[in-house]
Amino acid sequence: MSVGAPRGLASSGQKPITEILHPLSAAEETLSSGPDVTVNVGGDQESGLTNGTPVETSSPASASLLFNRLQLDDDSEADARDPYASTETRDLFVTVDDPKKHVSTMETYITYRVSTKTTRIEFDLPEYCVRRRYQDFDWLRIKLEDSQPTHLIPPLPEKFVMKGVVDRFSEEFVETRMKALDKFLKRVADHPVLSFNPHLNAFLSAKDLNKRQGLALLTKVGESVKHVAGGYKLRARPPEFCAMGEYLDTFTQKLGTIDRIAQRILKEQSEYLTELREYGTVYSSWAGSEEELRRPLEGVAGCVTTCCGALEDMSENMSQDFLPVLREYVLYIESMKNVLRKRDQSQAEYEGRLEAAILRKQEDRTPMPVEVEKCQDKVECFNADLKADWERWQSNKRQDFKQLLTGMADKNINHYEKCQAAWESLITLLQEKQTEDKTSETN
Amino acid sequence: MAEDGKDDSVATDDDSDQTAADGSLNNTMVEEGSTLLRRMEICVAEAEKRSGKNAVSMQETFTVYLIETRPMDAVADGRNPAPDSLWRRYSEFELLRNYLIVTYPYIVAPPLPEKRAEFVWHKLSADNMDPDFVERRRVGLENFLLRVASHPVLSNDKILYHFLTEENGWKEVVYETGFQAKADSRLRALSATFRVRNPDKRFMEMKHYSDELQSHTSQLLRARARVADRLYGVYKVHGNYGRVFSEWSAIEKEMGDGLQSAGHHMDAYAASIDDILEEEEHYADQLKEYLSYAEALRAVCRKHELAQFELEMASQDLISKKQQREELATGIVRTFSFKGMTNKLFGQEAPEQREAKLKLLEELITEGEETVKEKTVECEEHVERAWVDMQRFKEQKDKDLREALINYAVMQISMCKKGIQVWSNAKECFLKM
Repeated sequence: MSVGAPRGLASSGQKPITEILHPLSAAEETLSSGPDVTVNVGGDQESGLTNGTPVETSSPASASLLFNRLQLDDDSEADARDPYASTETRDLFVTVDDPKKHVSTMETYITYRVSTKTTRIEFDLPEYCVRRRYQDFDWLRIKLEDSQPTHLIPPLPEKFVMKGVVDRFSEEFVETRMKALDKFLKRVADHPVLSFNPHLNAFLSAKDLNKRQGLALLTKVGESVKHVAGGYKLRARPPEFCAMGEYLDTFTQKLGTIDRIAQRILKEQSEYLTELREYGTVYSSWAGSEEELRRPLEGVAGCVTTCCGALEDMSENMSQDFLPVLREYVLYIESMKNVLRKRDQSQAEYEGRLEAAILRKQEDRTPMPVEVEKCQDKVECFNADLKADWERWQSNKRQDFKQLLTGMADKNINHYEKCQAAWESLITLLQEKQTEDKTSETN
Repeated sequence: MAEDGKDDSVATDDDSDQTAADGSLNNTMVEEGSTLLRRMEICVAEAEKRSGKNAVSMQETFTVYLIETRPMDAVADGRNPAPDSLWRRYSEFELLRNYLIVTYPYIVAPPLPEKRAEFVWHKLSADNMDPDFVERRRVGLENFLLRVASHPVLSNDKILYHFLTEENGWKEVVYETGFQAKADSRLRALSATFRVRNPDKRFMEMKHYSDELQSHTSQLLRARARVADRLYGVYKVHGNYGRVFSEWSAIEKEMGDGLQSAGHHMDAYAASIDDILEEEEHYADQLKEYLSYAEALRAVCRKHELAQFELEMASQDLISKKQQREELATGIVRTFSFKGMTNKLFGQEAPEQREAKLKLLEELITEGEETVKEKTVECEEHVERAWVDMQRFKEQKDKDLREALINYAVMQISMCKKGIQVWSNAKECFLKM
């Protein structure tokens, strides 16, 4: 379970945000305040509100923070198995819907309505309704990545679409993309740390998203994390992170295989559908030359047509709902791998500096420099964040795939049920006729 | 040994009690006036491979089929005597059918199962020795015998009776009937089709219908085979899910068990298509039977064309001979003819020659009149009997095909139920993930 323990959210008022937030995230400088002060993490508090202040705070504070975090982690283990325990205390709800096409002189693009309902005080209003386009989501994601480098940011649907191949304005494409954007936003809003990010706040509430706003806020921490000196080599990656990496590699492979299988099934189904349609027409045309058999033959033709329709529906569903989710998870895995890499780099930096410092210490007895301690903090925070996010991700993955696969099973069951109903009603019809005939014969 | 026909009364009236070994007998086939099947229970029980030397002394392998017969009254009484039996090859069945076609050209002859596997979808074997093919052929042969033995006309045939009861020497007896000489030449039949002037309208309609029936059943068989092929592909690809779920489950903790079990169900799903499609072959066989029946129906219509044509020819011939007689007798030429012209140009013949010619003509005319009488009777008899049998056939066809369609729907429902079952099982496993 990640840092955002269910009990600790701002709305409950039990634990102030300050104690929960990552030292590298917003409201860093208000650490020294007392436990009852709630911090306005809203976008208007510009002064000194740097997202992700560099870790210049005093060590004791950060150490105590670390301590708190560890405690929280221990407490939250019980909740690790049930990631959705927090839903009861959720106070931020977002939805993406209502796609609309905009035509301007320069370009044509789609916007989506982003609706927010919240009781969080970081937001001025309880409800918001804004329109955003894909670019805006992309901006948000980049901002989140930059400002929360130790966290796993959910993926966005593919940015680039081959103009000739895919129709960017077709209903299916827009629908699929919208669902993915909705999922992205929901995942961010559910994340105990990401959801408090001021860029998210701006994204959800600002009338006009001034994307330049982010530039000034471009974090020094973002830089400092990115600023990993090239020369550092990782000594020994802790086994749990090795295991994560291996898992992700294998999982990607399996997802790829499943994707290929699903595509192959769609292809086979499409060819089957073509033949099935032809098959139905043969019954129809035969019916034309028959008298007594006309109704039964037409009945069969009708059933075949119904089955064709049912199959078409199912295929469309698989194509729109199943495949995109699979692909999205592949992107998610890539994000996770990125975070793992950054963690490695951060550890490597720490080890490098530590080694250098030790050498110097041996030479001229200078005390351990602060930078090294800060690095150590960074690494430990990173590790903790990552582990927390990993657990959360695993949970979500389990739910997502459970939903995905049961959905697939349901579609198939539904398809067969439709077909069965059609054939059963045909039999009733035919057998009725038979008894009619028999009674008329004996009369 | 089967008994003679005097025990008809013992036979049960409830026809639906009579079932063949595979239950293929239905009400359609047992009718009023069918004698043989009422007296005798017939079935084609088994198939066996044999080896022997063929006509050109080469070693060959072939299949023989065991025909079992039992007197019906024994069965009705509840006694269970051992059946009489004999072995026959497919070629002997063919011989029997050819004999029946020639001997009863006004009957729509029940068809044999196909000689070679046709309308095959790719996984189905086209090999005549394949056990599934042999089994379906066995059923088809039994079906043929039951149809023949329950036909009001065909069932009385002695050759048929021999076929069922005397294994040895049957072939010789058939050849002795000389039926092969009576067979119409293809060429004659074809020429009749083009040149006949006044065929019975109903027969022409029936012939047209037979073309339609043939065209539609063969189209349907082809389309069905293609559909089967594709459906096979869809099911089999799902088997890949089985493998990947299994591999995936290896790296999962809580999700592992559910995934693994679901994978097994996917394997089961993929495997289920084999039985489903094998069962559907039975439907295809029913369609094939009527594809062949269409041809038999057309043959009856063509026989009418031939008979009618021969009658027309004979009548025409008689008319022209009578005309010649008149011309010769009166010297008046009514119609233009080269003979007439040359006569005018070169003078007429001598009186003795004329006498001789007239006498010959008279003989020919008498013969011709006989011929016309015969042909008229032939034609009328054929029309009468054929019409009756074509009506019978029509009713049988409507009933049989409707049954076939109902059974097809039943098969489809069964397939849907299986699908629902498997996916429900898989869903349960997913829910446990």
